Amino acid sequence: MGELRLMKGNEAVAEAAIRAGCDGYFGYPITPQSEVMEYLMAEKPFERTGMVVLQAESEVAAINMLYGGAGTGKMVMTSSSSPGVSLMQEGISYMAGAELPAVIVNIVRGGPGLGTIQPSQADYFQAVKGGGHGDYKMLVLAPASVQEMCDHVKLGFEKAYQYRTPVMILSDGAIGQMMEKVVLFDHVPRRTDEEIVAQCPWASNGRPKTRNHNIITSLDLDPAGQERVNLKLQAKYKLMEKNEVLYEEIQCEDADYLLVAFGLSARICQKAVDLARAKGIKVGLFRPITLFPFPAIEVSNVGNRVKGILVVEMNAGQMIEDVKLSVGCKVKIEHFGRFGGIIPSPDEVVSALEQKIIGG
Amino acid sequence: MTEEIIIAGFGGQGVLSMGKILAYSGVMQNKEVSWMPSYGPEMRGGTANVTVIISDERISSPILNSYDTAIILNQQSMDKFEKTVKPGGLLIYDPNGLTRLPARKDINIYSIEAADEAGKRGLAKIFNMIVLGGFLKLKPLVAPEFIHKGLEKSLPARHHVLIPENEKAIELGKELLKPVNVLN
Repeated sequence: MGELRLMKGNEAVAEAAIRAGCDGYFGYPITPQSEVMEYLMAEKPFERTGMVVLQAESEVAAINMLYGGAGTGKMVMTSSSSPGVSLMQEGISYMAGAELPAVIVNIVRGGPGLGTIQPSQADYFQAVKGGGHGDYKMLVLAPASVQEMCDHVKLGFEKAYQYRTPVMILSDGAIGQMMEKVVLFDHVPRRTDEEIVAQCPWASNGRPKTRNHNIITSLDLDPAGQERVNLKLQAKYKLMEKNEVLYEEIQCEDADYLLVAFGLSARICQKAVDLARAKGIKVGLFRPITLFPFPAIEVSNVGNRVKGILVVEMNAGQMIEDVKLSVGCKVKIEHFGRFGGIIPSPDEVVSALEQKIIGG
Repeated sequence: MTEEIIIAGFGGQGVLSMGKILAYSGVMQNKEVSWMPSYGPEMRGGTANVTVIISDERISSPILNSYDTAIILNQQSMDKFEKTVKPGGLLIYDPNGLTRLPARKDINIYSIEAADEAGKRGLAKIFNMIVLGGFLKLKPLVAPEFIHKGLEKSLPARHHVLIPENEKAIELGKELLKPVNVLN
């Protein structure tokens, strides 16, 4: 078994980056995710593994440092919280267009605007539907525990390189700030320059005489060429939809009603399932772990067996659109949410289920 | 076994670190734990609180609105959390600075004069360990050897010389606990 620690979600992200063999972290402080860079600065991986940790002058600078680093094949990561991730959207779109691998962590806080520093899930649309311009997607992971905050960094880097795509970890202020038990995976050494060249034949990191220049760009002024880029991206997203869906079903086998929730909301709903079952209401929980690709077939399979579905999110109703598209219109589907940094309690979820679905 | 605990007081009283030592001790004893602090405006002065859950099973919601135990160290927290203790549950408070004492009859209530005693003995920095001792006397969730390991893991190495003093404070807390309302 790996090393056992009690850690904050933000600290687990940072430690996982070091252990995954990350080459560089670039970021700018913002509550509630500042512990990611604080932890890295305190741990000084630049003295141990050679990993660069750099506080950029802004989020815009950080995401463009990611573009540059990823373009040379280096394993790079940034983290921020909602307003900072909004600033990064242009860079994320460019990275998707130039097919650059990286891990981007959003520890979501309540919005819009500067909003609040308390947790929220209101950046679902931004993460899943492309917050930047153009037809692009990111693989989006939604951890629900500190353990998953750690594991998703490693998984995120693997998928980023497998598909040459930015990967987003969409978490929230509560999971970033809370401490839980974590089993850390063993250190993976950083790749050598030769290993990077072998893994990333597309990277712009010095041209040997045996090949032409590699060009990292998202610009093609010839529409036919740009359409080919788009078709290639869409084929990649189809492949992700086929192969990368992750989800969890909790007590769904005999369920009359279903809760659908991701991240922190799923943890709250797990308690709500226990409370409802103690009252004799047979409820199950479906938790998407990848938000893109969305577990459409899987939620439809469970959703079409039950009498009603309550989608619980810390936003005004975002993932519910994907649930409705997946399940269709034969089953009643309603939303329950709290916003602006308020976290719903398990009892509130049970009451909402009783009022909106069972009694409604 | 699952124990759901809220610890609440002023920022600077060691509320969060008491929770962390308890949680880390639970980890060392191979329990599942979660530690969910209030963060933001409260911790920048004013009230601070932390929800600690220790369990033999996978923990569902790290955020709750009722608790098995409330450890309350100021008046604002008493006003907010006395009503959130589950019937039959436990409330421990330090009377120092309180203007309204808890009045519920359906829960177990104990007082611990930790602030006063810590002041007299010049132990203000480990006031929180005295309170933790009181809690552990009533709910020995974690064995002393794992508390020792939890202290080792929670405190930076330069403070490890203070571990025996922390352990003494825990023992002192066990002596200072006074019953106020005890259910049959």
